[in-house]
Amino acid sequence: MNLLGKLDWNAIPLHQPIIMGATAFMALVVVAVLGFITMKGAWLYLWREWLTSVDHKRIGVMYCVLALVMLLRGFSDAIMMRAQQAVAAGGAQGYLPPEHFDQIFSAHGTIMIFFMAMPFVVGIMNFVVPLQLGVRDVAFPTLNSVSFWLTASGALLINLSLAIGEFSKAGWWGYPPLSELQFSPGVGVDYYLWSLQISGLGTLLAGINFVTTILKLRAPGMSYMRMPVFCWTALATNLLIVAAFPVLTAVLAMLLLDRYLGFHFFTNDAGGNQMLYANLFWVWGHPEVYILVLPAFGIFSEVVPTFSGKPLFGYRSMVAATMAICILSFLVWLHHFFTMGASANVNGFFGVMSMIIALPTGAKIFNWLFTMYGGRVRFSVPVLWSIGFMVTFVIGGMTGVLQAVPPADFQLHNSVFLIAHFHNVIIGGVVFGLMAGYNYWFPKAFGFKLDERWGKAAFWCWFVGFYIAFMPLYLLGLMGMTRRMQHYADPAWQPWLVVAMVGTVIILGGIVCQIIQLVVSIRARDKLRVTADPWNGRTLEWATTSPPPAWNFAIQPRVSGRDALWSSKQRALATKDEAPARVYEPIEIPRNTATGFVTAFFAVVIGFAMIWHIWWMAGFGVLGAFVTLLVFAFRRRREIEVPADQIARFDLAHQAGAAA
Amino acid sequence: MNISIAIDGVPQDTAPSASEAGPAPKRVVVAYGFWIFLLSDIIMFAALFASYAVLVHATAGGPTGAQLFNQKTVAIETACLLASSYTCGLMSLAINSRRYFRTYLGALITFALGVAFLALEIREFASMIAIGATPQRSAFLSAFFTLVGCHGLHVTLGLIWLAVMMVQVAVTGLDATVQRRLLCFALFWHALDIVWVGVFTVVYLMGVSP
Repeated sequence: MNLLGKLDWNAIPLHQPIIMGATAFMALVVVAVLGFITMKGAWLYLWREWLTSVDHKRIGVMYCVLALVMLLRGFSDAIMMRAQQAVAAGGAQGYLPPEHFDQIFSAHGTIMIFFMAMPFVVGIMNFVVPLQLGVRDVAFPTLNSVSFWLTASGALLINLSLAIGEFSKAGWWGYPPLSELQFSPGVGVDYYLWSLQISGLGTLLAGINFVTTILKLRAPGMSYMRMPVFCWTALATNLLIVAAFPVLTAVLAMLLLDRYLGFHFFTNDAGGNQMLYANLFWVWGHPEVYILVLPAFGIFSEVVPTFSGKPLFGYRSMVAATMAICILSFLVWLHHFFTMGASANVNGFFGVMSMIIALPTGAKIFNWLFTMYGGRVRFSVPVLWSIGFMVTFVIGGMTGVLQAVPPADFQLHNSVFLIAHFHNVIIGGVVFGLMAGYNYWFPKAFGFKLDERWGKAAFWCWFVGFYIAFMPLYLLGLMGMTRRMQHYADPAWQPWLVVAMVGTVIILGGIVCQIIQLVVSIRARDKLRVTADPWNGRTLEWATTSPPPAWNFAIQPRVSGRDALWSSKQRALATKDEAPARVYEPIEIPRNTATGFVTAFFAVVIGFAMIWHIWWMAGFGVLGAFVTLLVFAFRRRREIEVPADQIARFDLAHQAGAAA
Repeated sequence: MNISIAIDGVPQDTAPSASEAGPAPKRVVVAYGFWIFLLSDIIMFAALFASYAVLVHATAGGPTGAQLFNQKTVAIETACLLASSYTCGLMSLAINSRRYFRTYLGALITFALGVAFLALEIREFASMIAIGATPQRSAFLSAFFTLVGCHGLHVTLGLIWLAVMMVQVAVTGLDATVQRRLLCFALFWHALDIVWVGVFTVVYLMGVSP
C-alpha cells in the first residue's frame, strides 16, 4: 500500500508549458504577497485583526477580496478560451490541446459561480445586512468565520488542481456518466467534487446564519415591512441557500459514492440513472441563479433611490416580487434539459413556469425606472452600473423567455446562444450589481471613496466589452455553433469569434481600470476621505461611522419607518432640535477565535487526502476538525465587554471630526 | 454630519408588535438557527428519498426489498429509536428543573437505546452484505444503503454529541450555554425520529407491500 495514495511526481504537469507557466505565475504572486506582508511586519496584525476575526464587516471584506482574486483567475480562463476559439478554425488546432481546453471551461464555470459570484454576494450581504438591520453582528459570529474559511478552502483546493494533478474535464456541472470513474479516471472530478462539497457546506452555514439574523435580530421598530429591500433580497437568497444547497450536497455525495465505493447511482450499468443527477443538480442549480441575482436586485434597490433622491417606487410590490421569485425559482429547473425527453405536458408546465418567473422580474425593472423618473439622478459610478444593468438584463431576460418555449429550446439547447444568454444575465445582472455594490459600500467599509474617473472608465469598458464579446455568440448559436468546442470546421464562424475575442480584451481593460481605480484611490485616500454618510443615504448603515467600529452602533438605533436614516434626517431638518443626549452603555462583542481558520485547515487536509486517496491523512484531518470543535466548545471566555466610556470617547471624537 | 437616530417619536406606552420588538434573546436565536439547520438537513434527506424512489425498481436482476427486509428487526429498531426520543424528552425536563442525576440517567438511557438501534442496523447491513446484497450490486441497493446509512450516520454523530455534552455538563454544570446546546441536541434527536418514520414507511413498509 502506498503511503501517499495516488500522489507522486507525475501529478505535476511538468511537460505542459502553459500550465507550468500559469503555476509559476501564481506561485510568484503568492510569494510576492507573503513577502510584502513579511516586509511590512504585518503577520501578527493580519492574524489578530483579520484571519481570526469574527466581525461580520471584516469577514465580508475578506469574502469580497477572495471573490476579486478569483475573478482574475476565472477571467484568465475566459480569455484563454476566447483566444483558442478565435484561432482554431478550419483545420487549425489552436494552442490548447483538447484535454487542457476541457479543464479550462470546467474551471471557468466552477470558479466564476462558486468562488467569484458566491463569495462576492455573501461578502456584500455579510458587510451590509447587520448594518442595515441596525444590529451589532450576525446571529452566529464564529459560524460566520467558519463559513468564510470553508469557502476559502474550496477555492484553495481548486487552485491546487492547477499545479498538482488536473481539474475536471466534465464541465462545471459534472454530468455523469462522463464524470464517473469509467470515463474520468483521473483526480480532476474529485477536485471538483471535494472543493464544492467543502465550500458548499460553508455556504449552507452562511445561509442558516443569515436567515436567523434577518428573522430574529433586527433593531427595535424594524418590522418586516420597514426592512430595506436589500435585506429582503438577502432573506430570499438565504432561504434559497438553505433550501437548495442540501440538494447539491446530496447529489455530489452520491457521485462521490459512485466514484469511491463503486455505487451505481448514475453509472451506465446496474440500473444507474443519469437523469437523476441532472434533475437533482438543477433543483439546486436554478435556485442558485436567483441566489446570485436577487442580492444584485437588492443592491440596485438601494442604489437607485439613494442617487435619485427619492424613496423606492413600489416597495411592497418589490418585496412581493422578491418573494415570488424565491418560490417560483424552485419550479423551473427542468428547463435546463427540455431535451431529456419528458412528456409534452411536463415540458409545457416547466416552460410556462419559466415564462411566469419573468413577470416579477419585469415588475422590478419598472419599479427602478419609476424610482428614477422625476428624481434628481446623480450619475455616479454605482448608478452607471445600475443603468447598464437595466438595459443589459432586459435583453438577457428576453432571450431567456425565448428559450422557455420548449420547441425553440430544442434548437438552441447546448448552443452558444445559451452561453450568450446566461452570460447576458449573469454579467449584466449579477456582476454589474456587485460592481455597483462594491462602489457604493466601499466608502462605508474603508472610510474613503473610490476614484470616480477610473470607476467610470471601468464601467464603460465592461459595458461595451460585454456587448462586443457576447452579441456575436447569439449569432453563432443561431448559425449552429455548439458550446465547448476546442476547434471547429466552419470558417464562417471565425470572424464572429474574433470579434468576441476583441470584446473580451475590452472587458480586460475594464478589469485593469478597476485595479488602477483601487490603487489610485488608496494612494489618494486622504483626499477621498468621507464622513458617515457620503451619498446622502437612506438606510441605517449610513448612520454610523465609516468604517464602523467593531460594535457598529454606539447606541442601539430605533426605527419608526421605512428608510430609517432618511426620515430621521428629514425630521432633524424640520424640527431643528438639539439632538437628544446620548446615553452610552457597555456592549458585549464576541472574542476573536481561530476556530474558523483551523477548521478550514483541516478541511483542506481532508479534501486533499480524499482526492489523492491518502486515507491516513483524511483520518488525521477528521480528527483535527473534531478536536478543533471540542476546543471551541470548551472554551471559557466567549465575549469581551467594551466599556461605555470607550464607546463614548469614540463616538464623541467621531462627531467632532464630522462637524469639523 | 452625524445624525442621531436614537429617539424617534414612538409613544413609549404602546407595546411594539413582535416584529418590532428588537433582537430576540440568545436562547431563541440559537434554537431558531438550529431549526433552520434541521430543515436544511431534512431537505438533504428529501433528495435521498427522491433518489431512492426513482431507483427502487432498478434492481438490475438483484434482490428486491421484499426479499431482503426483515420486518421484525426493523420493528425493534423503530421501537428503540422512538423510546430514545421519549427518554430524551425526560432528559430535557430534568435539565429544565436542573436535576443532574436525572439528566445523566436520561442521557444514559437515550445513549443506550441509540447504540442498540445502531447495532441492529449494522447487523442488518452485515447480513445483507453477507448474501451479496451490497451497495455495489444495483442502483436500488446503492440508494438503500445511502439513505438508511445517512440516517445511521446522523444517529452516530448524535451519540458522539450526547457523550460530549455529558462531559460538558460534568465540567461546567448546566449553565446557559450548555442548556442551549442540550436544547439543540434534543431538537436534533427528535428530528432524526421524524426522518426515521419516513424511512420506515417509504423503505420498509412500502418495500414489503406487494
